[in-house]
Amino acid sequence: MNAPSPAPVVSAETLSLWYGSFRALNGVSFDVTHGEIVSLIGPSGCGKSTLIRCMNRMNDAPTNRIEGKLHVSGYDVQAKGTDVLALRRDVGMVFQRPNPLPLSIRENVLFGVRLHAKHLSKAESEALLQESLEDVGLWDQVKDRLERDAETLSLEARQKLCIARLLPLKPRVLLMDEPCSALDPDGIGAVEELMDRLRGRYTQIIVTHNMQQARRVSDRCMFMLMGELVEMSPTASLFTTPRDERTARYIEGRYG
Amino acid sequence: MDTHPEAPLQPNAVPAPSSGSAADGVNPADAHLGTRRRTESVASLVLLTATLMAALPALGILGLLIIRGAPALSFEFLFTMPLQGMTAGGILPAIVGTLWLVGVSLLFAVPVGVLAGVYLSEYAGESRLSRIVDLAIVNLAGVPSIVHALFGLGAFVLFFRFGTSILAGGLTLGVMTLPVIITSTKAALQSVPQSFRLASWNLGITRWQTIRHVVLPNALPGILTGIILQVSRAAGETAPVLFTGAAFYLPVLPDSVFSQSMALSMHVFALVTQVPGLPDSMKYGTALVLVGTVVLFNSFAIALRFYLRRHRKW
Repeated sequence: MNAPSPAPVVSAETLSLWYGSFRALNGVSFDVTHGEIVSLIGPSGCGKSTLIRCMNRMNDAPTNRIEGKLHVSGYDVQAKGTDVLALRRDVGMVFQRPNPLPLSIRENVLFGVRLHAKHLSKAESEALLQESLEDVGLWDQVKDRLERDAETLSLEARQKLCIARLLPLKPRVLLMDEPCSALDPDGIGAVEELMDRLRGRYTQIIVTHNMQQARRVSDRCMFMLMGELVEMSPTASLFTTPRDERTARYIEGRYG
Repeated sequence: MDTHPEAPLQPNAVPAPSSGSAADGVNPADAHLGTRRRTESVASLVLLTATLMAALPALGILGLLIIRGAPALSFEFLFTMPLQGMTAGGILPAIVGTLWLVGVSLLFAVPVGVLAGVYLSEYAGESRLSRIVDLAIVNLAGVPSIVHALFGLGAFVLFFRFGTSILAGGLTLGVMTLPVIITSTKAALQSVPQSFRLASWNLGITRWQTIRHVVLPNALPGILTGIILQVSRAAGETAPVLFTGAAFYLPVLPDSVFSQSMALSMHVFALVTQVPGLPDSMKYGTALVLVGTVVLFNSFAIALRFYLRRHRKW
């Protein structure tokens, strides 16, 4: 992993995290270059979600303790003076269950940017709206009913909308926490296609339980086990020639 | 079900229709079917009775008030001053006084109560302090209204030197209604799905902006419900205004919050106990106006809530 690449957009150095006395992350180190799709696999409770939640400070709690270094999009994530709001603008998250706000489709997409930029002209916001919905492939489907409640959309469209609402903020990293696990096979296919379309423009870090999905979408793949990063390799080689015995056993379905 | 009093009576312990295919064995799941059916019908009867027992007095009160009070209602009764030691004339100052008192109490209790509810729900978390505050609020809700009255007398009338005035009375009512407004606000906020907050925080939106733009609008119907109930209480309670704001007989309209004024609840009390030989219709009529005022407040709030619910849903 020491190719002479530009500064990594995400870089962790011996990152550890304790929930109270439980050690959820154990000395995790890795780099992610901009534009990559990295998938994060491992059995339940291995620390995948914990790791991505660290990246935009979604698991701040007084009982959590963090050691090590984590830089995301130029921010020293755990430093005291870090502007969490600016960090989250750069690093957005998509959740397992699509969670659009109880607003119209238009208001959902523009919600974040409107509160960040007080003065947004009508033309600017319309352009952002269209651009974001086009990026996620939803524009043609919803352009005639932007005022409709987001709840009226299908589950798959709602998940796309949840991705679209991050885009007007011009984020660099999209964190996706099992973004397809609530969707049917068609929905999964559509969201994977979307990830592929966003490749290169955004860094995407995807937690998934679905190894097939990791194989299909990601450039590199991280395998975690009990809070440790066991292996991080280009996806093809991780699944065909895993370097670690534990990875091999996991992808063969011995545990998980 | 064995201890059920009806169980021993069980007339068809051996089920008569043995149409089942199991020729020699009774399906064990059928054994108590008769008892269970009877228990079911007894249960639904008991539940219905209890519901009726709750509903009948309410309807009875309203019916009685309308039958005996409606004849007194007239333009003159509602919109003129009482005359001759309140044995004749109208009840306008009592109506106006009640509106003032409720208005002042709401001006105090709604902002304080809602903001405190927001703090407790959205900021306080699960600390020892917040549990103590919670406990204090729940206990405050259980304090009898006459005790609130004494507190109001000591604090607002005497200590702050507001005198017996609408301000002192309204604040006393406000303190009395505060705990329920806080508790219901908190409950309404907590019923807003956490996923909405997560969605907003993830976009780098501040906690306050999230509350202001996501949580509060969605909790508003629930918050209003809490307020509605307390408006009725504030308008109806007599004790808290007894020493603090309400005048026995004062046939002028209040001109500021520092005036004393009459109040409907107090006026009913006065007419019923203090004025001999008064026609019943005046007493019932005044009580009917009190109930009507409360209903009016409530229907406004219910209409508002209905409007908000239609526009905000999840």
